[in-house]
Amino acid sequence: MSDVAHAPAQPIAFKRNAREALADPQLRRNFRGAMDFLMDKRRSQFPDGDELERLRAFGNRVRARALSRLPELLERLDARLSRNGVKVHWAETVDEANAVVHRIVEQHAAKKVIKGKSMVSEEMEMNHYLGDRGVDCLESDMGEFIVQLRAEKPAHIIMPAIHLNAGQVAQLFHDKLEVDYTEDVDRLIQIGRETLRRNFFEADIGVSGVNFAIAETGTLLLVENEGNGRMSTTVPPVHIAVTGIEKVVENLRDVIPLLSLLTRSATGQAITTYVNMISGPRKADELDGPQEVHLVLLDNGRSQAFADGELRQTLNCIRCGACMNHCPVYTRIGGHAYGTVYPGPIGKIVTPHMLGLDATRDLPTASSMCGACGEVCPVKIPIPSLLRRLREEAVRAPDAAPQHVRGQGAKYSRKETMVWKAWRTLNTSPALYRAALYAGTRLRALMPANIGPWTDHRSAPKPAARTLHELAREHLGDQ
Amino acid sequence: MNAKERILGKLRGSLQGTTPIVDDYDIELLNEPWRYPPAERVARLRQMLGAVHGESQLSSTFGWPMQVIESLAQRNIGELLIAPTTPHGHQFADFVARTGAPLRLKAYDRPVEAWKDELFFRTPASLTGTLGGIAATGSLVLWPTPQEPRLMSLVPPLHIALLKASEVLDNLYQFMHAHRWADGMPTNALLVSGPSKTADIQQTLAYGAHGPKELLVLILEDA
Repeated sequence: MSDVAHAPAQPIAFKRNAREALADPQLRRNFRGAMDFLMDKRRSQFPDGDELERLRAFGNRVRARALSRLPELLERLDARLSRNGVKVHWAETVDEANAVVHRIVEQHAAKKVIKGKSMVSEEMEMNHYLGDRGVDCLESDMGEFIVQLRAEKPAHIIMPAIHLNAGQVAQLFHDKLEVDYTEDVDRLIQIGRETLRRNFFEADIGVSGVNFAIAETGTLLLVENEGNGRMSTTVPPVHIAVTGIEKVVENLRDVIPLLSLLTRSATGQAITTYVNMISGPRKADELDGPQEVHLVLLDNGRSQAFADGELRQTLNCIRCGACMNHCPVYTRIGGHAYGTVYPGPIGKIVTPHMLGLDATRDLPTASSMCGACGEVCPVKIPIPSLLRRLREEAVRAPDAAPQHVRGQGAKYSRKETMVWKAWRTLNTSPALYRAALYAGTRLRALMPANIGPWTDHRSAPKPAARTLHELAREHLGDQ
Repeated sequence: MNAKERILGKLRGSLQGTTPIVDDYDIELLNEPWRYPPAERVARLRQMLGAVHGESQLSSTFGWPMQVIESLAQRNIGELLIAPTTPHGHQFADFVARTGAPLRLKAYDRPVEAWKDELFFRTPASLTGTLGGIAATGSLVLWPTPQEPRLMSLVPPLHIALLKASEVLDNLYQFMHAHRWADGMPTNALLVSGPSKTADIQQTLAYGAHGPKELLVLILEDA
């Protein structure tokens, strides 16, 4: 059972984490069931394959267009939001972003922060940062609330507690919230509702993420089903939104295709219960809403991905999670094994920019290259190609210029490089190639029966008696 | 240089020599698959809402106050939060006064700070208008105002919303375009599609997560 919460895994220990996860039958059952459920839900939302393909192409163009003018759109967003009364902050690193948030917290002498769902705040480890400074930071999304009670990280970007079943949540609530044990999901949700409602009421500051930031109107758009996002952004006197610099789109109408792709791909819904569009703090004549709204724009490695035309496509991502739902690796090892905020295929291509390839060296190779992630991606990120590209970056000489990704050459090995160089020479010089094959066929008897891991479960291959070239020549000579 | 200048500097440097991609917005794709004959728009909206546990009833400009009273009575709710300075808030208060219906009306007429406790823990139901509806997704469009603040549609466990049938449009593109949203947005605008819900525990859908547990939409067919 995976009921014992332990210290968050690290991406550097990916192989060990994966082995442990594979040995946990409960975890594997939970993920298998959840992924089948989410794949079915998505499929039911796209009955017309033609519409889906056109919409994906459209979504890709909308995102690519926004990125092709990113600096200009960010400046326009900043200007519009400022005009609407929103305070915009920029941060290159998670430390800077946390410092910005902490300053706002201190200005208001805030003691309690309530959070809507925000993956960028997970990137920042904001709960931990503020907790260390005596500020309570409580998650209000039901799934996030559950993983926070277990001192875990989200196992999925859309459904954070997907690795748990109702019995595990029942036991958790019984232990931590001192309520009667019940596996009735409606009752469990009502327990969560009652506990968190008190906290929405008391919180000094609400924190949220952003799904789309619209430059044209200076609008922050958030999607959700629970209402915790609306609570976090409406009830406390101060709202802080944190987001990555890539989340901006040019025009309000640009969100229409992206919204449709996001909710249908993520949870198989035509639309989420709430689409919350925030364009400013409470005005003088309004009776509710936060008096202050802040937006923190975080880089954290995104500008590195942006610098390369191919890797830039990573930033198309609208965080729907469809790639992980369809990933055979993610389904088997679950979200925690990656040891990263963003697990699954998207995590494997985005995290190297945040943490460097040295800390994430095994992630790009944790793929069977089956291509499912690229096929379902609603904004057509070529995830398998980007994985291959990151594999290349990981084995390039550490000092080779130009440097595209921090931690370049994390898996570089002089021996491996030599082997591949020799392989290339062999395959590009005909005389050498023929000689090698001739030797291989004539010395076939010397092939050892035991050649390492290959022969653990198979017999060793035996070269043919004569080369294909010889056989072909003989065959053609007959004609 | 501050963080903003450094980030923008890096991004600009990376775009050197490139040209921005042109906007080839595909209106047809967002519009054509999501169009309905006028007579079917309301039915589509009701069907989509119903699929996510949103209750809807057909009503009329003069009939809806009675339906509100009946719906509250069925649920044994004796209090309702209204926005008294909106036309519908006024109409309802007037109706209650004339008929002597046994219902206590609360007005959202002061800043939330002045009555937060009551709003959160002792206000079982609310009545709001809507800007319109979207047939394709079964969504209500809410555009809160100083008269009808945002928390009215979020905090009370039962949210009753009035929707004029003539304001139900086919899809979000049409709605955004018709209402010229690009020209300026209010501090908060919302699409609401059903009562609040979650599937965060074992993918089991449960209604009434943090927002309303019930959403009742009264559709005014003659408005």
